[in-house]
Amino acid sequence: MDRLIQLLKENGRHSVEELSSELGIGADQIEKIISDLIDSGAILGFTAITDPSKIDDSDTVSALIEVKLTPERGGGFDRLARRIAKFDEVESCMLMSGGYDLCVVISGSSLHNVATFVAEKLSTLEGVVSTATHFQLKKYKSNGFLAELDGSGERLPVSP
Amino acid sequence: MSFNDKIADKVKEIPRSGIRDFFELVLGRDDVISLGVGEPDFSSPWHIREAAIYSLEKGETSYTSNLGMEKLRKAISASVQKQFNVNYDYRSEVLVTVGVSEALDLACRALLNPGDEVIYHEPCYVSYDPSISLAYGCPVSVPTRSENNFEVRAEEIEKKISPKSKILILNFPTNPTGAVMKQKELQDIADLCISKDLIVITDEIYSELVYEDDYNHVSISSLPEMKSRSILLHGFSKAYAMTGFRLGYSCAPAEITEAMMKIHQYSMLCAPITSQVAAIEALENGSKAVEKMRQDYRSRRDYMVSQFNDMGLPCHMPGGAFYAFPDIRGSGLSSKKFATDLLDTESVAAVPGDAFGGSGEGFLRCCYATDINLIKSAMKGFKRFVDSLK
Repeated sequence: MDRLIQLLKENGRHSVEELSSELGIGADQIEKIISDLIDSGAILGFTAITDPSKIDDSDTVSALIEVKLTPERGGGFDRLARRIAKFDEVESCMLMSGGYDLCVVISGSSLHNVATFVAEKLSTLEGVVSTATHFQLKKYKSNGFLAELDGSGERLPVSP
Repeated sequence: MSFNDKIADKVKEIPRSGIRDFFELVLGRDDVISLGVGEPDFSSPWHIREAAIYSLEKGETSYTSNLGMEKLRKAISASVQKQFNVNYDYRSEVLVTVGVSEALDLACRALLNPGDEVIYHEPCYVSYDPSISLAYGCPVSVPTRSENNFEVRAEEIEKKISPKSKILILNFPTNPTGAVMKQKELQDIADLCISKDLIVITDEIYSELVYEDDYNHVSISSLPEMKSRSILLHGFSKAYAMTGFRLGYSCAPAEITEAMMKIHQYSMLCAPITSQVAAIEALENGSKAVEKMRQDYRSRRDYMVSQFNDMGLPCHMPGGAFYAFPDIRGSGLSSKKFATDLLDTESVAAVPGDAFGGSGEGFLRCCYATDINLIKSAMKGFKRFVDSLK
């Protein structure tokens, strides 16, 4: 199971047949394990990891927002954090240690859209004390993948 | 001016490498999917490269001890103890070299008198025969066969032993066949070496890359009474994907190490310090990266071997290294013709088996340390080519 998850984390496009022959487990069983992992929420989803600079809609902007919250009796930051996480604009949302509470990564089709979201949706929530928005300028690595391919260009075509 | 009478006879006698002939056919074509390489398609793990960069930044650009940095020799000694269960004293029994190739050359030159015979199993790495010849020894090959998964048997070695036999070279897992040896058969060979007083050079360069869960790689140097007559050669090229760092080592009894060191200090002085620092990092922190690569190679191996068998090219399951060695004799073509036609029609390069010695004829070496998607395309080309011959 650990190996299956590792293979899927490296490449979510592995077919059931490939996984089956790699792990020596029947295809039916692989399908069942994966659907159980999805049902239990252990696997949240499958996605393509992209380099925005090489995609046509490169106007898309991403920002990391530091959010300070007032914690609540009984639930701490959870209720508000979950509420913020539900916005479609929010790509990820994490509770942090250190100088602020939530790290919220959002993306929008323009600078204006992101600014509007922060000003009108995020900052106005009861319990949000302050925000600091950092726009992403260039992506070098994403989810373990380097944005530029690494080395290996100079291999001889035939060697002993 | 003609140089023919200037070049040394010994060098003129050595034939051009079959690999080089094939290399020239492939060179200059950018459309080729090559299964012809003898190195990993991974770059060295970043932490190893970073250690080398940091060492350069610190200005570590000097010579080192002839034997190699003490810290590296200590790490090698510990690693060999852990991997092979043989204890070598880093002060007198470990020599750091420029790749296993240099270590092999040193071992041959340190031990051979003109006419001494060196036995090795074939098909094999292309350097063995010329390294022996250049040291004025006589190469004596023992053919291995696909029926035995290219393992070598003591009785076949024994047939080649003469009063001049001095050294036996073993290389398991084997380039180009991927063969591995079980302990029992290795013990028979050890017994033979003891009774016939042979020194063994064991090239362990692929020893980390074995794939069967129930297989434990054993070095002949770890068998009883064998350490004193073994030279264990190993390096960083394959398991750690560090081919360009050119770093290897030998572990051998102190007197042999001293003899090899004598040549090394005058010809090479020492291995490059940057590579030595990188090697320390590899031994201290590289095992996770090695394991990751090994698992990738295993799934590529399984895929490639099953594809060959499905398309009618019988292929034994190689227990180690990163080469499949399919049998193409059913095609009626020679290795060279098969490889050349495959290259022309499908732009797939695989090395003709006879480049690794006469007993490799009828086979091709296909490296699976190649991106899986390229392997998939190459296998499609192979299949179309094989079908076109029917």
